[in-house]
Amino acid sequence: MSDSDETPYSERPDWKDITPIPLPCGDVVQIMYSDRFKDVYSYMAAIMQKKEYSLRAFELTTDAIDLNAANYTVWHYRREILRNMNISLDQEVEFADAVIKDQPKNYQVWHHRRCLIEMTGDPSKELDLTATTLGKDAKNYHAWDHRQWVVSQYNLWEGELEFVEKLLQEDLRNNSAWNHRYFVVTNTTGWDKEVIERELEYTRAYINKAPNNESPWNYATGMIKGNGHSMVDFKSFVEMCEDLYSRQIRSPFGLKVLAEIREEREDYEKAIDIYMVLKETPTVRDRYWDYKVQCIRELMTC
Amino acid sequence: MSGFHKDVTLKEDQPTQLLFSKHQQFLLAYAKNQNSYEYVMSEWLRASGVYWCLTALKLLNCDELKEDDIEEFVMSCYSPETGGFGASPKHDPHILYTLSSVQILALIDRLDVLDRDKVISFVMDLQQPDGSFYGDEWGEVDTRFTFCAFATLSLLGSLNSCNVTTAVGFILRCRNFDGAFGCVPGSESHAGQVFCCVGALSIANKLDKLDCDQLGWWLSERQLPSGGLNGRPEKLPDVCYSWWVLASLKIIGRAHWLDKDKLVKFILASQDDETGGFADRPGDMVDPFHTLFGLAGLSLLGDNQLAKVNPVLCLPQSLVDSLGLKLEVSTVTS
Repeated sequence: MSDSDETPYSERPDWKDITPIPLPCGDVVQIMYSDRFKDVYSYMAAIMQKKEYSLRAFELTTDAIDLNAANYTVWHYRREILRNMNISLDQEVEFADAVIKDQPKNYQVWHHRRCLIEMTGDPSKELDLTATTLGKDAKNYHAWDHRQWVVSQYNLWEGELEFVEKLLQEDLRNNSAWNHRYFVVTNTTGWDKEVIERELEYTRAYINKAPNNESPWNYATGMIKGNGHSMVDFKSFVEMCEDLYSRQIRSPFGLKVLAEIREEREDYEKAIDIYMVLKETPTVRDRYWDYKVQCIRELMTC
Repeated sequence: MSGFHKDVTLKEDQPTQLLFSKHQQFLLAYAKNQNSYEYVMSEWLRASGVYWCLTALKLLNCDELKEDDIEEFVMSCYSPETGGFGASPKHDPHILYTLSSVQILALIDRLDVLDRDKVISFVMDLQQPDGSFYGDEWGEVDTRFTFCAFATLSLLGSLNSCNVTTAVGFILRCRNFDGAFGCVPGSESHAGQVFCCVGALSIANKLDKLDCDQLGWWLSERQLPSGGLNGRPEKLPDVCYSWWVLASLKIIGRAHWLDKDKLVKFILASQDDETGGFADRPGDMVDPFHTLFGLAGLSLLGDNQLAKVNPVLCLPQSLVDSLGLKLEVSTVTS
């Protein structure tokens, strides 16, 4: 990733004019940093103090990042150099690619990437970059965040629902993909009743495949209630919940939703029945079921 | 509950008691061993590292770190031109490390060394017209920074120096269809971000903006059969979520929705009985970050050996009381 020249900066003739600033010592104990680390960072400290914006300083930041890519101050300094000099941003985008590939969960490089795209105004590689990163870790929060920014900033909504579908085919439990779907619909068609019906149909297939999967249940109830509706307004959704129950499928998410549907209908005793079924198998969730039962009993006495 | 969750299985030979003095030793040794690889590599977050170690030691009722040294370190991270603090000397100021620094000074009762107005102006200047906060001049936005801003200003007695209304508006735009919160509008709900949003709303006295039942359900769904908590659906449990999730639930008055005994068991199992300290999950390597949040979680769960911790600021409750801070916490629902 960095220059293949591994000669210490202390031995390079073109760096003779710089006095390195030694790294701070802990107590009186001998420092065990690697020699390369000490060399690079002592020159980095000197260059930053001097505020030198040059090609050699730029290359030094490459080495510094190679040694510790989380050092946010070095990334800042690198960007200052980019701002001040005529360095190829295309190459810099490739550099960011390499660091992302190596350390996909590093905050600083993703932020750097975003700054670069803001500078170039060219988002053409970003969907591929995030798709590749998500191909290795489908829940990488930084990659999703970057993708959402690119898609909304540059209006690249086309193909996003298909992208989500592809990921859900690979892992229908990928909560990030469900979240992205909600984001895309919100920012394209919006959530009128027709869209909700369509998305509920889409979700139904996944619920039937894996009723114990939290994400599609959140997605379904979220789109209904978040847009001012009640679950009873959506007949086929209610039928699905009743059907799962009648087939003895005891998903806690499905049962909770069914209880809430019955509560919406003011079928309070039937709602409590569901919570009792849930409590038949003791789980970490029992206190919550007790609370829901209590709430319903309070409604009944009103 | 089901075999489909990503989870861990606890083992018989994992610790079941709080290794109180081992954690003291671990934290003190970490603070002193400034030549370890981890210490060197973590320079870019050092101020937060000091906050984690110091708070953890305070929860363990241990006062052995030299306060003068700590004050000297913190002030060496200060940038007088901007009023902000960096992670280490000569690092650029950032809101994350500004909060950590102010928390540290509060812990050692040295807030008076600050140029309060200057630090307040650093935070205020980071607020954007849409209510969000940048982390620093480079423009990254994240609800974490809203929490850092509110917490810093609150500790300095000056929350209203920023525009609380627009800030709250931004937080609410980060609420998702599942009732939880992400880092910017539309980003996936994540327990760490939930804590930041709930904590910020508490500081602003705006918990009434939350649907506490819906959020409480999402948060309690983080608990897995092992007893541990994850940060979002279908992820592994991690001890730090004992803080982000539990503190959030505490603030909204629904912490009792978790199975307390199972959570305690998970946290204790994540201790290292040789070195002391807590890891993210049983058997992994320990670090100060998970040590603080493991201890803070246990304190919230009522462990009497530990000092009581405030669920909003993750500082000893006694300190929060002495500063006269009133942070909104919902009363317990049945």
